Amino acid sequence: MRPDPKQYDEMCKKASPPSPLVKDCAWAFCIGGAICLLGEGLRTLYAAMGLTLTDAATLTSATLIALSAITTALGWYQKLASKAGAGTLVPITGFANAVVSPAIEFRNEGLVTGVGAKMFIIAGPVIVYGMLASVAWGVVYHFLRPLMGG
Amino acid sequence: MQKKGDTIRFTQPPCILSYAAIGGKKEAEGPLADAFDLLVTDSRCGEKTWEKAESDFARYGLETALKKARLQPDLLDAVFAGDLQCQCTASAYTMRGFDVPYLGLYGACSTMAEGLALASCMVAGGMMRHAAAMSSSHFCAAERQFRTPLDYGGKRTPTAQWTVTGAGCAIVAPDGGLPYVRGVTFGRVRDYEIKDINNMGAAMAPAACETIVRYFKDTGEDPKSFDAIYTGDLGLVGSDLLLQLLDQAGLPLRNHKDCGLIVYDRETQNVQAGGSGAGCSATVLCCHILPALRAGQLKRVLFLSTGALMSQTTFLQGESIPGIAHLVELSAGLPEEDENRAGQPGAAANQAAKAAANALQRQEKEGAAQ
Repeated sequence: MRPDPKQYDEMCKKASPPSPLVKDCAWAFCIGGAICLLGEGLRTLYAAMGLTLTDAATLTSATLIALSAITTALGWYQKLASKAGAGTLVPITGFANAVVSPAIEFRNEGLVTGVGAKMFIIAGPVIVYGMLASVAWGVVYHFLRPLMGG
Repeated sequence: MQKKGDTIRFTQPPCILSYAAIGGKKEAEGPLADAFDLLVTDSRCGEKTWEKAESDFARYGLETALKKARLQPDLLDAVFAGDLQCQCTASAYTMRGFDVPYLGLYGACSTMAEGLALASCMVAGGMMRHAAAMSSSHFCAAERQFRTPLDYGGKRTPTAQWTVTGAGCAIVAPDGGLPYVRGVTFGRVRDYEIKDINNMGAAMAPAACETIVRYFKDTGEDPKSFDAIYTGDLGLVGSDLLLQLLDQAGLPLRNHKDCGLIVYDRETQNVQAGGSGAGCSATVLCCHILPALRAGQLKRVLFLSTGALMSQTTFLQGESIPGIAHLVELSAGLPEEDENRAGQPGAAANQAAKAAANALQRQEKEGAAQ
């Protein structure tokens, strides 16, 4: 007797070990939280140095992006991410990692056809659909603003 | 040579003259480290790219196998080789350095058994005297081609498998002692609509089941008469599924082993469901199975390589993953019938044929020396 694809799918689900969700979530919470705590620490530090809150926030983002790029280049970010999962993916550092990692990997294919073309292979969709979403929200906001008394 | 169903059995089984396995860093940390002929811990092999490094691994494999067989490359009638890179480039670029006929194969991770089976058929059929089968893979080259950049912070699922960095090469000849290739079964494509690129074992298990069932149906053999039945890279999930499928097909196996579970230590090496890749079954064959056959620790085994035949394009287009598995029957001794019939006309003819083959080999060597 041979199983049909549906039965085989059931067999596969039973045979495949599930991801350890609780452990993964705990790692993601702790590492992701630590990155955000670092960001908050930096923002407070920059504000204490006399920068405006807007400037301090911008500089915090820039610092985190730089840190992510450097640790990606050193191969550390991937090691941390293999434990932290979404904890390193969701913060701004994850976005920087998604841009830097293909840029490093495809440098052998040339600066234009490699680094230039492949740099946004992972982050590209985020930019495209992020912009699209902001445009859509802009239109909605345009019509909502008078109702909100703005 | 007898053909029944999909299985070809050789009346004069060709020999595996020599074999070599080359491994990378992760393989050097694994349980088979001592068995490899060469371990290179630099993943770039001193080259600029991983793709070039993979070609180097394959080159070292072929050179070592030739050296162990005391053969000059020009005595090779053909090299059957394949790998995982787009358009099979690792093997093609390796063969730039050898002036011998080359047949590029793409059977994904099933390439080693495919190549060995084809080489054995050519040699057993008298079309070739020395044919090499070779296969390689490289973790970094495969990851960037099939998945995401290496430094991208992603989490591997528990069903994912780790591509072996390495190459295996075996040279087949009509004579030269054990181990022997007694027969081959070429596989058929099986697709059970698995779409998860991180669960290749599940995609390949039905193909392995199909080939094993066909082999036993064609030959009438009993699985118990084999020391072990090796599959290429089903890993933990695929092995479990294969045994379930075989149970359902009425052919329960008790002596199944998987190369993907032999090459790494899953407990300590963080390889999730085990090893995979075209180099997985190739290296385990050449550094574990063939040496054990030659040393007499194993008498008879079945060796299967299993392949998942998708590409990045078909994966993105939502296609399911077709699987394939080819089988090679290996033994440390010649067919029992021949041994029993020693002194009879059949055996005498066999010996005469061997003597003639030896004379031919000597002539060729002399010719090459001149």
